[in-house]
Amino acid sequence: MTMRTGILAALALSSLAGAAYAQSFNASGATFPAPIYGRWFQDYKQAHPNVQINYQPNGSGSGITDLINGTVDFAASDRPLTADELNRAKNPIYFPTVLGAVVIAYNLPTVKQPLKLTPDVLANIFLTKINKWNDPAIAKLNPGAALPNEDIVLVHRSDASGTTFVFTEYLSKISDAWKNGPGTGQSPKWPSGLGQPGNPGVAGQIKKTKNSIGYVELAYVLDPSTKGTVQAAQLQNAAGQFVTASVQSVAAAGAQATDFPVSLSNPPASNKAAYPISTFTYLLIPSKWSDPAKKAAIVDFLKWMLTAGQKTAPSMFYAPLPAPVVKKDQDQIAKIQ
Amino acid sequence: MNRLAYRKAVNFVMLSATGVCTLVSVSALFVILGFLAFKGGSSIDWAFLTKLPLPTGMTGGGMANGIVGSALMVGLAALLGLPVGFLGGIYLAEFAGKTSGFVIRYMADLLNGVPSIVVGILAYMLVVAPLHTYSAYGGGFALGLMVIPITLRSTEQFLLNVPRALREGALALGAPKWKVISTVVVPAASKGILTGMILGVARVAGETAPLLFTALNNDFWAKSLKQPTASLPVMIYYHAISLYDDWNRQAWAAGLVLLGMVLLTNITVRWIMGRGISVQKG
Amino acid sequence: MAASAVSADPTPQSKGNASGSRGDEIAHLVTFVFACTVVLAIAILVWKLWADSALTREKFGFHFLSGTNWDPNAKDYGALPFIWGTVITSLLALLISVPLGVGAAIFLAELAPARLSNACTFLVELLAAVPSVIYGLLAIFTLVPLMDEYIQPFFKHTVGQVPGLAVFFSGPSTGNSYLTAGMVLAIMTLPFIISISRESLLEVPRDQREAALALGATKWESTIQVVVPHARLNILGSIFLGLARALGETMAVTMVIGNDTNIHASLIAPGSTIAALIASQFHEASDPLQRSALIELGLVLFLITVIINALARLLIIATRGKGTAHSA
Repeated sequence: MTMRTGILAALALSSLAGAAYAQSFNASGATFPAPIYGRWFQDYKQAHPNVQINYQPNGSGSGITDLINGTVDFAASDRPLTADELNRAKNPIYFPTVLGAVVIAYNLPTVKQPLKLTPDVLANIFLTKINKWNDPAIAKLNPGAALPNEDIVLVHRSDASGTTFVFTEYLSKISDAWKNGPGTGQSPKWPSGLGQPGNPGVAGQIKKTKNSIGYVELAYVLDPSTKGTVQAAQLQNAAGQFVTASVQSVAAAGAQATDFPVSLSNPPASNKAAYPISTFTYLLIPSKWSDPAKKAAIVDFLKWMLTAGQKTAPSMFYAPLPAPVVKKDQDQIAKIQ
Repeated sequence: MNRLAYRKAVNFVMLSATGVCTLVSVSALFVILGFLAFKGGSSIDWAFLTKLPLPTGMTGGGMANGIVGSALMVGLAALLGLPVGFLGGIYLAEFAGKTSGFVIRYMADLLNGVPSIVVGILAYMLVVAPLHTYSAYGGGFALGLMVIPITLRSTEQFLLNVPRALREGALALGAPKWKVISTVVVPAASKGILTGMILGVARVAGETAPLLFTALNNDFWAKSLKQPTASLPVMIYYHAISLYDDWNRQAWAAGLVLLGMVLLTNITVRWIMGRGISVQKG
Repeated sequence: MAASAVSADPTPQSKGNASGSRGDEIAHLVTFVFACTVVLAIAILVWKLWADSALTREKFGFHFLSGTNWDPNAKDYGALPFIWGTVITSLLALLISVPLGVGAAIFLAELAPARLSNACTFLVELLAAVPSVIYGLLAIFTLVPLMDEYIQPFFKHTVGQVPGLAVFFSGPSTGNSYLTAGMVLAIMTLPFIISISRESLLEVPRDQREAALALGATKWESTIQVVVPHARLNILGSIFLGLARALGETMAVTMVIGNDTNIHASLIAPGSTIAALIASQFHEASDPLQRSALIELGLVLFLITVIINALARLLIIATRGKGTAHSA
């Protein structure tokens, strides 16, 4: 019985602390931008102590489902919604927040230099047509690299993922075999591989599994926890350059975007410095809010995000939005009722 | 003689083998505890116990909300499951006829045997979906459903263990049955019943699967019970599989805390009851 | 684990006065209502699982159970990879935990002095209290690398060279596999098998053992040819109980099995189980067909555990009252 009194006391205390929060939001969605969203929501809370945003990164698919079911206030997704989903979610508004990269990450202790990959080789790896690391196709691109005579272990998402969508969309663009096979989607049928939930899970699996390769957002690969184990490959873009994913190469990919939602993957050859698998990531904000105070809070957050928030992006390894997109975002805020 | 020597050799080898089996089985527990203590012990600091988790990738956060959230939902589960199981157990021991007793016991065993993920599905359908929000209520409901059959069966067992003489004595004095139950039988079995309750609640404290899509998770203190709520098992899961060294470290610490609490409860309660009582698990 | 309840003597009825009997009626009704919640819970559960899986049941019929393609993109759902994964990991678990558990039970019941036996049983039963996620946590960082570097290659190069068995130990492998999941589940089912088997061995009457020994049997022969067969139904029941638990395990499995939705014959390949898949995909399933498919999987899992549990109870109950409780 004392346990129960203790619990009630804790609840009372926490609700006293909670009473300070005038506005409390629940959101869920993509793990792709989770590092920067987490940082933003913390920073914003410090500037506005009465607004608390609880963001649960469970994957874009979960975020969209939660939005449709009305179990969250807003959601985050790397992929656009289908017409049916838009309808069922009551037509939320897309707000791009940052640009990020889907990086090909691998764990090869014997290879010191970053691996170079072409789109063809990449697609064949994930189609399991290339299944050993010392395959001639890989060796040709990486002369001198100590590629082991080992099976390639593929790692993918086990949950419905916007990151997966962006990656498979790219693969469909550059490989007909992929397009006619697993295709584009948030949960494709992977020919093989280990699955983990969330970008942190995939990165964690690659880190723990020798000779593995997978696709993860840039911020996760650059985290100190992966130093020495997980590396990013250099991917050849349409202009023939082997590009390392970075804030600059991602920004280059998105520099010409003016509208959204839009696919930025495999940009044309004219864009020499672009990283080929870059993407916007979106907040899905309901267009109608019943609580005016809540609406005011979210509007204020969006304005903050488009100004102060953009400044923190590079330090978190995301590229800020290009100016026309920022402008369009700001104009959209008026649509929120 | 050759045959006898052979049989004796077999005897020695096989009996030693059973000893080895026992050694392996018993040492499993110590290996588990040892690892957790080794990897998690150093990470249990004041920050871990009192701070909230920090955003993805930042080091130094804690799991304070997970500890409280777990306690909260286990409390809700107890609130729901214990009275229901207790009163139901009284029915089975004192009032049930042959058929109704059989049916209820069988259903209780069924409920006990339902995989916890399926209980989570049910709780999602009955609590989360109608309320349009993930909540501690959802998590507590799922856990409560799991507490009911455990409490039911253990209450019944301990009530049946009360000697007839005690009941008959009270009835002979003219007391109505309900009075006999409440003032004589239940108090006589109270130690065992309480044990069963505590063990049942301790068992659900470590459940993860039913909480995954009912209580979800929360980076902050939940403002009310109708909000997503953090819990230790769910946090351990996400932290363990992630790439962040700091999160992995915290997962170990949380594992040690959780296991410590569960084992401590189990050991204390069983010590009090002495050997011979058992936890009913379908 | 199952306490021996005192025999089902009907509790004495009171021939009390009118107000007493009304109080009795109320008590009877109130406790009855609460007891019925378990019936209600099961009824709602079954109804909901049945009703909400209608979409896939109608679309795929029984092909759902035999289909091997789980493809949310193409809206094609087949449950076989997960049924297979569930069954094979549980069987692997039993393969390990039954010899280990029954062996330990024999030692604890027949050889160990009472205090040692009680102490060891106490410790082993504590294993049942360890939460699944903690088994998973440990397995990820200890068992998985061990399986990857030593144990699986060992199997691959020994058993995997035997023609006929080769297919079970072939192909690329990491430490995330059916086999690893089976090993974790083995530890989780161990306490049930040991506890119940030990109790049922203890219940075998002394005279059985003494008769065998008097005929010149060694202790082992007496145990394995007389005592264990006497208790075999209970032991079998304990195995089914352990099996039922293994079938429904979620967290420890999903953390080590690799979550691959393809079906594999090789035990060292990654896979998935019903519980692990539901945990991965239920939250995000906005497509009604996918949700229906997952719920149908839940229904299948529920039915499997119901059958196994029923068998377990039957076996354990059938032997109740057989012989008196005397230890050797």
